Amino acid sequence: MALVQSIPIRRVSAKPGQIFAISLIALFLAIFLIIPAGTVIYTAFTEKGTGALTIVNFVDFFNTDLFRRSFFNSVYVSGMSVVWASAIALPLAVLTTRFDFRGSLIIQTLGFIPLIMPPFVGAVAMQLLFGRNGTVNLILNDWFGIRIPFMEGLNGVIFVQSLHYFPFILINLSTSLRNIDRSMEEAAQNLGSSGVRLFRRIVFPLAMPGYLAGASLVFVKVFDDLATPLLLNVKDMLAPQAYLRVTSVGLTDPMGYVISVILIAVSIFAMWLSAVAMRGKDYSTTQRGGGGLSRRKLSRGESVIAYGVVGLILLLVLSPHIGLLLLSLATVWSYSPMPDGFTMAHYGRVFGESSLYIKNTLIYASLAGLIDVVIGGAIAYLVLRTKVVGRRWLDWAATSALAIPGVVLGIGYLRTFYGVTLPDGTPLATLWVMVVLALAIRRLPYALRACYAALQQVSESLEEAAENLGATKQRTIRRIVLPLMTGGLLAGFVTSFSTAAVELSATLMLIQSNSDAPIAYGLYVFMQSPAGRGPGAALGVIAVIMVALCTLLSHYVIERRQKALGMTK
Amino acid sequence: MTVNINSAALAVSPAKAISISDVNLYYGALHVLKDINLEIQPGEFFAFLGPSGCGKTTLLRLIAGFNNARQGKVVIGGQDVLDMPPWKRDIGMVFQSYALWPHMTVAANVAFGLEERRLPRAEVERRVQAALELVGLKHLADRRPSQLSGGQQQRVALARTIAIEPKVLLLDEPLSNLDAKMRVEVRRELRDLQQRLKLTTIFVTHDQEEANTVCDRIAVFNEGRIQQVGTPMGLYEKPANLFVANFLGTANILDGAVKGTGTQRTFEVAGAGSIPIPAGVTVPTGAKLVFRPQYATLGTLEPGAVALTGTIAHREFLGATVRYGVQVGTATVLIDAPFHSGDALLETGATTTLGLKPSSALWLAE
Repeated sequence: MALVQSIPIRRVSAKPGQIFAISLIALFLAIFLIIPAGTVIYTAFTEKGTGALTIVNFVDFFNTDLFRRSFFNSVYVSGMSVVWASAIALPLAVLTTRFDFRGSLIIQTLGFIPLIMPPFVGAVAMQLLFGRNGTVNLILNDWFGIRIPFMEGLNGVIFVQSLHYFPFILINLSTSLRNIDRSMEEAAQNLGSSGVRLFRRIVFPLAMPGYLAGASLVFVKVFDDLATPLLLNVKDMLAPQAYLRVTSVGLTDPMGYVISVILIAVSIFAMWLSAVAMRGKDYSTTQRGGGGLSRRKLSRGESVIAYGVVGLILLLVLSPHIGLLLLSLATVWSYSPMPDGFTMAHYGRVFGESSLYIKNTLIYASLAGLIDVVIGGAIAYLVLRTKVVGRRWLDWAATSALAIPGVVLGIGYLRTFYGVTLPDGTPLATLWVMVVLALAIRRLPYALRACYAALQQVSESLEEAAENLGATKQRTIRRIVLPLMTGGLLAGFVTSFSTAAVELSATLMLIQSNSDAPIAYGLYVFMQSPAGRGPGAALGVIAVIMVALCTLLSHYVIERRQKALGMTK
Repeated sequence: MTVNINSAALAVSPAKAISISDVNLYYGALHVLKDINLEIQPGEFFAFLGPSGCGKTTLLRLIAGFNNARQGKVVIGGQDVLDMPPWKRDIGMVFQSYALWPHMTVAANVAFGLEERRLPRAEVERRVQAALELVGLKHLADRRPSQLSGGQQQRVALARTIAIEPKVLLLDEPLSNLDAKMRVEVRRELRDLQQRLKLTTIFVTHDQEEANTVCDRIAVFNEGRIQQVGTPMGLYEKPANLFVANFLGTANILDGAVKGTGTQRTFEVAGAGSIPIPAGVTVPTGAKLVFRPQYATLGTLEPGAVALTGTIAHREFLGATVRYGVQVGTATVLIDAPFHSGDALLETGATTTLGLKPSSALWLAE
């Protein structure tokens, strides 16, 4: 056709605004994530002094008895935490999804616990309850003449971590179980399978992806955690070793970097393993209108056992909180099952002296949450709604923060920004803004998922309708996309805020002066000395209440919004 | 529920023609629209008809500006729109999902396009009222979309689009989310509204009944290509190829071979007999014999008809007609016989003659 030649070939080009946004985000991620992490890795592979590339640091690491032991201890503690967390989560998940069980709401509420209080906060209280001379062992010793070493050495870390992180397995496993369509089970029954065999051959395999997702998350979290072992005075694990090397030997010591690289490698390996195990196994089989597995009524005897088990688990799970509350109100609590007396003095002291911690926390966590929502929202929009080159890279870069433990990011910031000084001579790395940025980077992957979910909820035709009626891209974002994403963005903000408010590992590395410190840091300082435990516990209680209130409030707001929009049934 | 159309409040601009020439569209290596050429007259109610994945919605979205064609032209009212962003085109589109914004009331939804045009507040208010009155939903102006029924949501979507007084109206499967009874009602209303507003309208559907009952002309799509353009009756009577014949109504298709030349041509159906090809009929290569179920008789021969032999394979009593499946050669064809009280029905397995007038037969290729 002759006509075709005269017709211009059109090219799809990116809008300048999109290119600007993508460059800005890329720059941010490069400076505050890629370069610090890269510096850490690079330093681990260079010879101290000469700067030549080498693996001698790793050879040294594995030739040192302490480091070898630390490595195996970390793997052991993480593995055992997964085992114990599974032991707690499995009965709860099965009970709530497969039986008519009234306690379901309580069990679901447990899912918030890791969000509202980091494990180290309760660690000291756990010592008082389960330690060698804690409440439980004193009673056991009185009655039976035995002591159980709940809190001795690595046991303590495993105990605290599995109690704290089991909800990750519980939530993922319950979701998987709920997503199994009733017909899957009925088909198996129809073909002659029942009871334990049915569970083992059909139900559990279908729920496996959810379990693995939860388990790998627990493994990584425990492996990377710095504060809990430090507070329990367990030093021969990897994260504490990294911290101690950098803070005591100094920034030039290669071992801190080697440990960092190992932490990153293990995180990536665990996530990769769970991704491989889940590949091609998206077993969400629920049909429209179909409602999960059939629920069975419990007989009277089974009910008693079920409530007993749930009650016991609940008591265990809440023990750090109970202990913390007691400690914050106790005059003296030592070598006795219960405190000697009660007082409000600790709270008075905390409010008098430490309101600065609270103020700092609110500022840091809000800023971090805000940064996360803005960047997460922008990345989500660029990935889902535009065709700008490089948008996938942004997504990967932001998500890769998952594999960078807080300690490592802290070390990276120190190494990268210490040489950079402000006009008055203070190093950039010690500025409080750095803490905010580290918190924002650490929480970005979670906020990003929330933003994706929020944007995916907005049907693209809603935007096209706006453009069709005369709204430009920018106007459409402002009038349609943002209002409809508000709930999801708020959820992302709260997740970032509440976890940033109680995060310690990166903060511990970056905070140089008490006046810049957030609650988590103050807590850590208080808990170092026996005299500081009371005020520390009071501060912990305040943090828990603060985060819990924010979380509840946001849930309330989001639910009301969703109902108003008719987005939920 | 009747549509209240007494509203001169919405200005009716002179209807615009749509001219599409040489449009090609690729998704990567996939060629989704192939050499589309189409002229739609001002004020015409036009349908894009075809199975899912045929390109009809893609072309509609291209006209609205949501796909970017690498080549071709789409001229609306004398203006090439392909280089314009969607928000500059003034083309009203009603989305299949209605795409009502859940965070806005009905009135706010309708006002949106007017506000984006920076119209004075009084004018916005007036046109919102007029548009809602036009679709009979004035009393629901303060509701949220989630509080409306499917039919009401559809009217809001329509009102929102009409309020901006678009150059042309695009409807993307507007009836697909309604139940069967509503569908019949709404399609009449749509036709009614379109006639009053004299708005050039394109209606995308996969349902031939919808297209036939509502539209002036239809373009039949398959595999990214327009197969034929014509009136509903024209397409049914004179389909251009086997796809169109098959897609519109029921078509019987018999394989065979052309024998003879000139006026002596016949079409031989193996094992069933032959039928003369009328003079002047062009038979494309690889053509097959096509006829509608109601154009053949069983057992009797009308004047001018020729007989093919067949065996009754199955029988369905439909009330006004009896539909027979008849094995003719290797194929099974469907024959509709009108039913009168007291008629004896043919039994399965019986051998019968199938009478067909050569003048009601077609020879079509793929």
